[in-house]
Amino acid sequence: MAEVKRVERPLSPFMIGPYYRPQMTSISSILVRITGIATLGTVFLVVAWLLAAATSERAFECVNWLLTSVIGDIVMTLAAWAVWYHVLGRLRHLIWDLGYSVNIPFNEAMGKVMFIGATVLTLITVLVV
Amino acid sequence: MRFITDLKRAEGLGSARAGTHHHWKMMISSAALVVLVPLFVFTFGCALGRSHADVLAYFARPFPAIVTALTLVAVTLHCKSEADEAIIDYVHGVKAKLALVAMTVLAWTLIAAGLFALVRLAL
Repeated sequence: MAEVKRVERPLSPFMIGPYYRPQMTSISSILVRITGIATLGTVFLVVAWLLAAATSERAFECVNWLLTSVIGDIVMTLAAWAVWYHVLGRLRHLIWDLGYSVNIPFNEAMGKVMFIGATVLTLITVLVV
Repeated sequence: MRFITDLKRAEGLGSARAGTHHHWKMMISSAALVVLVPLFVFTFGCALGRSHADVLAYFARPFPAIVTALTLVAVTLHCKSEADEAIIDYVHGVKAKLALVAMTVLAWTLIAAGLFALVRLAL
């Protein structure tokens, strides 16, 4: 039998799945982008609520009911998580941009801090609000 | 045929073109939003779920109104840049241009609508 020749193919962190192991560095970074774009949706909800409040009491009651219903609560909690995660992610970018900690161990640790921190901050938000 | 070398055409443009400006804008807005976002989350959270009359009185006060206005403008422009970057990375050609136009329209509509609502609530 002919010898199988192994070909070294280039791999990219974007080939997540069977070809590229998900890593804390790549996943935490991709999530920063996703949460950033998702926050535009949150802005839409907030603007809709403000606009309804400025329009009439009936419009306000409709949108306010929507945002404080069970589904609204779930959406707003997820939105809060996304915002907190993105804030921590951007804080990491600021640290990098000032020239500190551009290394893998710090960023794997910071990735964990971002996940845990965002969850803790969301819990605080839910408790306070 | 172009009577100019590749080097000559690239000279003076800088490797990143407008990239440094984009980067600087993101850095500044990130720093501002690290302060503004926590203020906004709790200010808005306090108003959400209250009665209509309470909300009217709440946004008539300067602090909630100003924090909300600043955060609205800064967050929307920051997230617009974020989305523009994603469009430039993954979409190309005419589609990319249309997507960038759509993003600009969406962002400024959100800002205008939000500010209009705030002014009506505050006055």
